[in-house]
Amino acid sequence: MSNRYRKNLLVCNGSSCQQASDADLVAFINFKLKEYNLEDGIKVVQSVCSNKCSIGPNIIVYPDNVEYSKVTKSDIDDIIIEHLLNERIVERLVFDKENGNGVAPIKQYRIALRNCGFIDPEEIKDYIEKDGYDALAKCLSKYTPEEVTQEVIKSGLRGRGGGGFPTGLKWEITSKSVSDQKYVVCNADEGDPGAFMDRSVLEGDPHSVLEAMAICGYCIGANKGIIYVRAEYPLAVKRLKIAINQAKEYGLLGKNIFGTGFEFTITIKYGAGAFICGEETALIHSMEGFLGEPTLKPPFPSVSGYLKKPTNVNNVETFANIPAIINKGADWYASIGTEKSKGTKVFALAGKINNVGLIEVPMGITLREIIYDIGGGIVNGKKFKAVQTGGPSGGCLTEKHLDLPIDFDSLTAAGSMMGSGGMIVMDEDDCMVSMARFYLEFIVEESCGKCAPCRIGNKRLHEMLTKLCDGKGTMEDLDLLRNLSVVVKDTSLCGLGQTSPNPILSTMANFYDEYYAHVAEHRCPSGQCKSFMLYYISEENCIGCLVCARKCPVGAISGEKKKLHIINQELCTKCGVCMEKCKFHAVHLN
Amino acid sequence: MMTICESNVAKIEAICKEYNCDKGELINVLHQTQNTFGYLPEDVQEIIAENLQTSLAQVYGVVSFYSFFTMIPKGKHPVNICKGTACYVRGAEKIIDEFKTLLDINIGETTADEKFSLSSLRCIGACGLAPVVLIGDKVYGRVTLDSVKEILDEYQ
Amino acid sequence: MWSLYGKMQVSCSSLKLILYYNFMDTISIKIDNKNFQVEKGTTILDAAKSVGINIPTLCYMHLHDLNTTHNPTGCRICVVEVVGRKNLALACATECLPGMEIKNQTIRVLNSRKTILELILSDHPTDCLICAKNGDCDLQSMAQQMGIREIHYKGEQSHYIKDTSPAIKRDMDKCIGCRRCLTMCNDVQTVGALSAINRGFMSVVAPAFQMNLEDSVCTYCGQCVAVCPTAALTEVDHTNLVIRALADPTKTVVVQTAPAVRVALGEEFGYEPGTIVTGKMTAALKDMGFDYVFDTDFAADLTIMEEATELLDRLTRYINGDTTVKLPLLTSCCPACVNFFEHQFPEMKDIPSTARSPQQMFGAIAKTYFADKLGIKRENMVVVSIMPCLAKKYECSRDEFKTNGNPDVDYVLSTRELSRLIKQASIDFDSLIPLEFDHPMGESSGAGVIFGTTGGVIEAAVRTAYETFTKQKLDKVDFKQLRGMDWIRESTIDFNGTPIKIGIAHGLGNARKLLQEIREGKSQYHAIEIMACPGGCIGGGGQPLHHGDSNILLARQKALYAADKAKVIRKSHENPSIQKLYTEFLERPMSEKAHQLLHTHYFDRSTHVEITKD
Repeated sequence: MSNRYRKNLLVCNGSSCQQASDADLVAFINFKLKEYNLEDGIKVVQSVCSNKCSIGPNIIVYPDNVEYSKVTKSDIDDIIIEHLLNERIVERLVFDKENGNGVAPIKQYRIALRNCGFIDPEEIKDYIEKDGYDALAKCLSKYTPEEVTQEVIKSGLRGRGGGGFPTGLKWEITSKSVSDQKYVVCNADEGDPGAFMDRSVLEGDPHSVLEAMAICGYCIGANKGIIYVRAEYPLAVKRLKIAINQAKEYGLLGKNIFGTGFEFTITIKYGAGAFICGEETALIHSMEGFLGEPTLKPPFPSVSGYLKKPTNVNNVETFANIPAIINKGADWYASIGTEKSKGTKVFALAGKINNVGLIEVPMGITLREIIYDIGGGIVNGKKFKAVQTGGPSGGCLTEKHLDLPIDFDSLTAAGSMMGSGGMIVMDEDDCMVSMARFYLEFIVEESCGKCAPCRIGNKRLHEMLTKLCDGKGTMEDLDLLRNLSVVVKDTSLCGLGQTSPNPILSTMANFYDEYYAHVAEHRCPSGQCKSFMLYYISEENCIGCLVCARKCPVGAISGEKKKLHIINQELCTKCGVCMEKCKFHAVHLN
Repeated sequence: MMTICESNVAKIEAICKEYNCDKGELINVLHQTQNTFGYLPEDVQEIIAENLQTSLAQVYGVVSFYSFFTMIPKGKHPVNICKGTACYVRGAEKIIDEFKTLLDINIGETTADEKFSLSSLRCIGACGLAPVVLIGDKVYGRVTLDSVKEILDEYQ
Repeated sequence: MWSLYGKMQVSCSSLKLILYYNFMDTISIKIDNKNFQVEKGTTILDAAKSVGINIPTLCYMHLHDLNTTHNPTGCRICVVEVVGRKNLALACATECLPGMEIKNQTIRVLNSRKTILELILSDHPTDCLICAKNGDCDLQSMAQQMGIREIHYKGEQSHYIKDTSPAIKRDMDKCIGCRRCLTMCNDVQTVGALSAINRGFMSVVAPAFQMNLEDSVCTYCGQCVAVCPTAALTEVDHTNLVIRALADPTKTVVVQTAPAVRVALGEEFGYEPGTIVTGKMTAALKDMGFDYVFDTDFAADLTIMEEATELLDRLTRYINGDTTVKLPLLTSCCPACVNFFEHQFPEMKDIPSTARSPQQMFGAIAKTYFADKLGIKRENMVVVSIMPCLAKKYECSRDEFKTNGNPDVDYVLSTRELSRLIKQASIDFDSLIPLEFDHPMGESSGAGVIFGTTGGVIEAAVRTAYETFTKQKLDKVDFKQLRGMDWIRESTIDFNGTPIKIGIAHGLGNARKLLQEIREGKSQYHAIEIMACPGGCIGGGGQPLHHGDSNILLARQKALYAADKAKVIRKSHENPSIQKLYTEFLERPMSEKAHQLLHTHYFDRSTHVEITKD
């Protein structure tokens, strides 16, 4: 936090808040501050994601630590006059911690997100004030590359992109590959639907990633770094570019860093909308200008990667942890978390949960703590059913897993995976069969198509699930579904195919009754699958107003004025418009 | 035979030069070219292939693989509907259907008057506002079936 | 007692040590509970093969001597269980490690293979009975081997527009995504006509914009067809057209057979590679009702007459200081090479000899000189070629080789098609009594025979050019320095004091290297020969499949040189029928008539885009 100003206004400038805002709040506030002659004493900081996306835009006033939510242009005058000039809190805008909609700060521990929301990401000085680039300086001046690598190994940090491979070990392997040129690659092709932790780090604290990449370069003997970032993240790209330029200006990137002779430069490459490019070999092919198709490992990128040179690929969140580990020591880091999963993990909490947003929690926290203590429980007080972790490659965890301490290994053992950290919460209204179908649809769209089990197998899995949802499934289909899921998992080329049947296998394991109901009882227990629905109009309530008939998009409702209307079930597409539009509650759902 | 005018060729050549005509930079070149032209028609791809000394089949292969690239010109107001999980759980499918019905086009198509084009996209990370619709750069959060028409009316 | 035990232990461990030293280059592995010693550094697939265990593969292709291993690891059929690994391992791409325990027969492995195969079949048409590759399809044999009786996983099938070019048919509904064609087109031949496009279920191999091959940079070399495991890529079938022509009493059907066909056709009938079956082939063609069975080698001699004259003309002018002369002269017999430089090196389109290929010279002479002799109209003559090549099908359809819309060569059958035709005609190839070619276009020199191998055309040209240039008799006609299988070869031939520098390349990837060197001025040659297919025409896209085994190619090559040696006449200009043709009809090489009938010109086909003013 900058101490040069009397007060700091942290305006959340994460994509969510920007998108929720009715104007460019930062520019507007600056304009207003000038009006009140306050621009010298008050600094407006564009910060990132204070994790209360559902109640944005959010503004935090420091050092008072007062959080205002759902701020619009018209609220700015109040904040300035009341709070900044008269030190009176504008109660009506205050974020209500008890009943609020943001994720609660309790039980959280910020390492990767340590600076997000607390510094101006477009201002390198802010980062430096927060001990930024200290870690790099320390590494370059005091330690040998081997010593730094050992420190990372000792910290127990594991890759945050999904695989959970020990980061230090990866560095060590790459450092041992002999080559005239090596590369450090930052994988910022965050693609899991519902996961946006990497974006938040890039938007909120880009320098931590740059610093970590340089440290990695020092360890493995690389002088070139490349960030592969999704083109769908324009703000992250913009801030990365600013950060790279500032770091160059300050001599923190480029030649002879800190006068040690160490050289490191960073460039940016863009993804182009292919989920598979999160897989490291596919990512490398994409960076080389090819289709993002994975290749078999070995050879691992650490031996033969970008342009066939040894390449160390780490994900954004992994890198964001590095400077903290170097600054505070491996022992400190290793003291957090569980035996085999050290440190913290950032999760993106979404779905049917009260508090949507990013959280960073120590490994080993239970699902119950996340969902109820931090997430504030299920929307509308409904019953918790499951949480999908690990995105489309993951599986679902149910009530019986609520007290499971979450780390890499426990999630895998429970049939899911850590993945990049998406957590989608589902309630009693969600049908697990159609949930599995949704994920398979995603996989079918995103499979690269190179290997047969993934290309055709996932297509067939999706078709079978659709058949189940359409009420046409047979018991034999359930057996085939399971067999095919196992084979696809067992034989696919890359991580995508090897995990794509997880949503099916884990829902079949935990909610077999729902599958059974779809096939044997011809019903969807949660009432979500349209084909089992039957809309009908009841005699006693229908007054024959014609509204439903007029609104029906397929003309399935017939009837004359003031007479009972009838739905033609052959034509009905079960869109539910009639039920929504009827003011007399005459349309019912079976 | 396709035709392309000189000044467009010059624009493409300039982009390729910016990346040292390195075929490894194909994706960056395609991004910038699409920014310039709005889409990547066949003639444009041919000029890129020539400049980067790579095969046209390779360029097309890349364009067809990545969903970000398009060979169809987008409408004046491109409508993008997020299909991330959070949006799905909160009813994005119904929203997509409503847009399809009102615009009378399918995903990936452009209306006859070239005003709107419809596409779905992967999670944009605004899960707190689900379901989310983007029109151009403007984001509409918590979209309901009723608000779809209102949103489109803003552009009429 | 204890001390003895101790000694035994010592000797045991030293024995182990000795064994270890003896087998430094081998490692021990276990396959299905049996111990094996296999070579270090090999894949599970190769290791298993070396001990007699065949693991099924589909996409995998090992072109030993093209230095090309194609293992895109896409079909996943060769999965095996490796004890201690979570997922199944790919035999074709997993290296054996000491002590590795491999299971090839478990239920898990067999079920996975069968399921994957069912998946592939679920997205594949089931018209096997009437498919061009019926009986010769890797997928079909695999289904048979695995005993597939039912496809459990049914669903949407992918459909693509069928594409028929003059030489190659693409039916991508039958593509199984093995990507072998991509390796041939992009890595070996560097043509770049094909790419993987789209993704997921719609992922397929196609030319740019899914245009027809005809509009792409495809050279029709046919190497993709030669490696396609199914009928996704096949040659355009001319057999029915030929049968129809044979059945038409108003038509005189003349057939020519290319040099490389006679040393490969036998393979389709169970003969060893390199068996020369010229006589049997002639007899079969006669049996099928061809009116005249001639030899393309005759036209090859004719080609040399024109090409060598052109070379000498350019050389002499060059030596006399004419700076406008284009050197090197590039041989122009290979139609795929012509397509290649028309698309990729258009600025060099004036270096190839203007002499037409032997096939086209044959057609032009047959439909003029020979038709006149027979006293029939060209419309009533049908010229059929038997070629090792698919590009020849395209070549004969080029407009330059037509007179009033009537082509000089009507139909081209590949070696494979000829074998099918022979089988279709119920001819017992084994019992055929060899016959001679007909006259006059059946007579050839040894120089004409070696046209079928890399280095052969240029050697034939040198034999004639030497004598014409030096006005001296050439005693040693075997130019061993021009022979061999090295991809790019160069040699200097002493033309009695004048060193003539010659370059040779086969395989379009190597041709590209050679042409690039010339374009950049790095190499100075007087003459170069390039052939599109590895090994030259003996490895052509229409030949019996050699699966990249250079032993087969070498056997075919050896047979051609043997046939050359067996000839009395070894130089083209000494062929009496050729001499007669010039006296009776063409006057002399490069005469006006020769120009009209035997020479051609080339086009710039490099771009599809026309750049207009603003």
